[in-house]
Amino acid sequence: MQSGGGRASATLLSNDKIATEGGVADGKSEQKPTTPVSPLSLETINPKVIKAEYAVRGEIVIRAQTLQQELISKPGSLPFDEIIYCNIGNPQSLGQLPITFFREVIALCDHPDLLKKPETHALFSSDAISRASQIIDKIPGRTTGAYSHSQGIKVCRDDIAAGIAARDGYPSNSDDIYITDGASPGVHMMMQMLLSSEKDGILCPIPQYPLYSASIALHGGTLVPYYLNESSGWGLEMNELKKQLQAARDAGTSVRALVVINPGNPTGQVLSEENQQDVVRFCMKEGLVLLADEVYQHNVYAEGKKFNSFKKVARSMGLEEKDVIIVSYQSVSKGYYGECGRRGGYMEVTGFPEDVKGQLYKLASVNLCSNVSGQILMSLVMNPPKVGDKSYEQFARERDAILSSLARRAKMMSEAMNKLEGVSCNAAEGAMYVFPRLHLPERAVKAAKAVDMVADVFYTRRLLDATGIVMVPGSGFRQVPGTWHFRCTILPAEEKLPGVIKRLTTFHQKFMDEFRD
Amino acid sequence: MASGKVMDPENLNENVKKTVYAVRGELYLRASELQKEGKKIIFTNVGNPHALGQKPLTFPRQVMALCQAPFLMDDPHVGLMFPPDAIATARKYLAMTGGGVGAYSDSRGLPGVRKEVADFILERDGYPSDPENIFLTDGASKGVAQVLNALIRNDRDGVLVPIPQYPLYSATIQLLGGTLVPYYLTEESNWGMDVKDLQRSVTEARRKGITVRGLVFINPGNPTGQCLTEKNLRELIEFCIKERLVLMADEVYQQNVYQDERPFISARKVLMSMGPRISKELELVSFHTVSKGFLGECGQRGGYFEMTNFHPQTVDELYKVSSIALSPNVTGQIMMGLMVKPPRPGDISYPQYKAESEAISLSLRRRARIMTDGFNACENVVCNFTEGAMYSFPQVMLPNAAIAAAKQAGKAPDVFYCLRLLESTGISTVPGSGFGQKEGTFHVRTTILPSEKDMPGIMESFKRFNADFMSKYSDSKSKL
Repeated sequence: MQSGGGRASATLLSNDKIATEGGVADGKSEQKPTTPVSPLSLETINPKVIKAEYAVRGEIVIRAQTLQQELISKPGSLPFDEIIYCNIGNPQSLGQLPITFFREVIALCDHPDLLKKPETHALFSSDAISRASQIIDKIPGRTTGAYSHSQGIKVCRDDIAAGIAARDGYPSNSDDIYITDGASPGVHMMMQMLLSSEKDGILCPIPQYPLYSASIALHGGTLVPYYLNESSGWGLEMNELKKQLQAARDAGTSVRALVVINPGNPTGQVLSEENQQDVVRFCMKEGLVLLADEVYQHNVYAEGKKFNSFKKVARSMGLEEKDVIIVSYQSVSKGYYGECGRRGGYMEVTGFPEDVKGQLYKLASVNLCSNVSGQILMSLVMNPPKVGDKSYEQFARERDAILSSLARRAKMMSEAMNKLEGVSCNAAEGAMYVFPRLHLPERAVKAAKAVDMVADVFYTRRLLDATGIVMVPGSGFRQVPGTWHFRCTILPAEEKLPGVIKRLTTFHQKFMDEFRD
Repeated sequence: MASGKVMDPENLNENVKKTVYAVRGELYLRASELQKEGKKIIFTNVGNPHALGQKPLTFPRQVMALCQAPFLMDDPHVGLMFPPDAIATARKYLAMTGGGVGAYSDSRGLPGVRKEVADFILERDGYPSDPENIFLTDGASKGVAQVLNALIRNDRDGVLVPIPQYPLYSATIQLLGGTLVPYYLTEESNWGMDVKDLQRSVTEARRKGITVRGLVFINPGNPTGQCLTEKNLRELIEFCIKERLVLMADEVYQQNVYQDERPFISARKVLMSMGPRISKELELVSFHTVSKGFLGECGQRGGYFEMTNFHPQTVDELYKVSSIALSPNVTGQIMMGLMVKPPRPGDISYPQYKAESEAISLSLRRRARIMTDGFNACENVVCNFTEGAMYSFPQVMLPNAAIAAAKQAGKAPDVFYCLRLLESTGISTVPGSGFGQKEGTFHVRTTILPSEKDMPGIMESFKRFNADFMSKYSDSKSKL
């Protein structure tokens, strides 16, 4: 086997030169083969990877982590004592507690030996024990340690389907359910199916949760933006949809699907039923797959607003599977359960032709299955304790406390944002964020440019450095060009939120003093 | 003809349509159908130990339960149900998280667990490892997909893959629109690898205009089970440096070795022992998982990849891609920590942990032998010994009449054989064509995972079926 320098060939050439394939090396400094660059350098890596961006854990967050290290290594060196992460919808990292019943059941499922022990009754509620037993009995092998069916364990899918049917009043088929490690892999799977090249486009709301833009970039497609109307509470307007669709088609793009996030992220709006009907009709007419991101379905705070799933709306219009393809995403990460780290989610896929279903199954099978404990949790979220169950009262108490607190924090934050000079903020009707608009003075925009930053990146960076509060600049979600926003979660604990608001207000005042025109 | 449907098969991403993943393909789907109809099926299609009766180890599950329900530790009764070291370990992992197992962790995984993985690597190999170069993933497969995604730009980018291979590689390369460049393992020399074959494959690929960018090897092998020698690994490393390839070391079966002549050595260890000119040059990525070994915790989805000599900006790009998925599942990460840092002598749970893990390892070793011998006792079947991993991959010499019958049924010959085997005995396997094999040869992959109690019956069942099959299609009776 030829190694880096062939000693035998030294005698064929002059003494101090050794021939290597594709290059000549002397005894002192060996040259590499002529292929110049590593296969994994920035120049040679897949360009779609370079193109993809994800601001929620991007630049600002990386800087925050660096500052966090400084807080530890050089205490007192920064104008704040702690970093407060308001960049990401991660409730349990900010003190929200998990729902007791859910954790009881999955602990028992993870260690079913406990089900045989008499002491278990002293530690766990009886309905958690019976629910765990029921689930374990129906898992092949009676264990969470085996790869499951690639769509997810049947009993979990049955429970999810039952939960969907109870929620919507229309039946749901467990064969249409794909349980995934969080909702995000399901989004990737659909993008993979739908996008063959840059000629394929997906309509996305602007502003949007940047999983969509990143996934479209990774899969080599084109994002076709449709702008939500900030002046009408981030309204989704049909004229805008039609206009953007037409423009894309005129440019030669084959538009395949429409993404709608309801309740919205980062915008928080909850769509009216009429609006949803228009959207369904639009998809049907234009032959688009409706990708309905419904992960915030349990986070609705505004008076008079209600979550309706798109499937329910379509069925209530008399439309069947064959009329419009709808993919609905849900997750264990949000709602009142906030179980982000568990990675549980599902997509319900209705209206696919049979042979295409086979392709989707195949895609799911390459990864074998999603984590089993997350599957069980997803099924519990869709099928929680009911009135009359032993755990119901505690469950309802925990749930209602979290939801009412979220509603109060949503109001607190939007009101506080509206009090800031040059800031206007739509109410957070749902989800977990406020997305205020910054009417920045021209001097601030110039100052940003001078350091090669976009204005809202400049603002959030200054905010971080002054207060330790981490937010995501609006440019991470896209926005109408020339407008600036930032996204802040409503998740810091209720007792802490006034403090956060105070710090932000003080910073903002100083910023405006510095840059006021 | 286009149906006019939005999701007409005609409009789907071609790469999706071309992808095949036989482990859960035709045979498995047929087996599932038969199961629904009431037939007893023995699933030996996938390395899924717990599904075939292997029990999870007690200590990790105790820790997991406590991490899932930390309020248990506030209860005075908890000491009756959980040993103190399980409670302490649960507290340790919960302290590593920023808010318990329900919070997204760092996108690369909990720093505390990544440090434990680095410590494990140091202890295993004798060379230090940097936690910053270790990313935890939802199973090793996600890590493989991430690295291949970075490597493959278009259909002219090729990745060397052993034939036979675990079809995650062929499927993922297809999905990413790249080109699989095969290099053949030699069945006659115990599925050995020869660098001359690698060279031939690379030369051939380049002739066709393919830029070969990476080389995958699986050690211990899947489906083939062979364990590489230190010499093999040195040759691989030198080859990759010479040809400017990223070396991808799938080492998920490192804890499944059933002979003593060739113990597991990691690619990284060999690399580090080869002096700085080489050890600082080769871009190596190593994969591991909680799904195999003696833990067999497939359902947890816990894995990691470790990068050596990657450009820091490339590491940043991979971090960025990880961040889009936010974080790997936290209990899977904890399971990874528990795997790399198990109970030690002196710990209360150590004796039980040792007894449970040894029982499984020794039983796997016995079953590897039982299965190999069982296949070799069958007519027209030849089987290399399962040196490692979890599979048996016998070659079945199919008579011409059988091949003709398969053709008539519109099936590949080994698919035909495996379907008949399934329908006759309920044993669900994966045909060799799902893994790739030398043209004109046919193989079957089964796992060595059925319980020791069930195994003699299964081998007997197989032997009877095979004898009948060979008799039915024997060349002396053929009409050809």
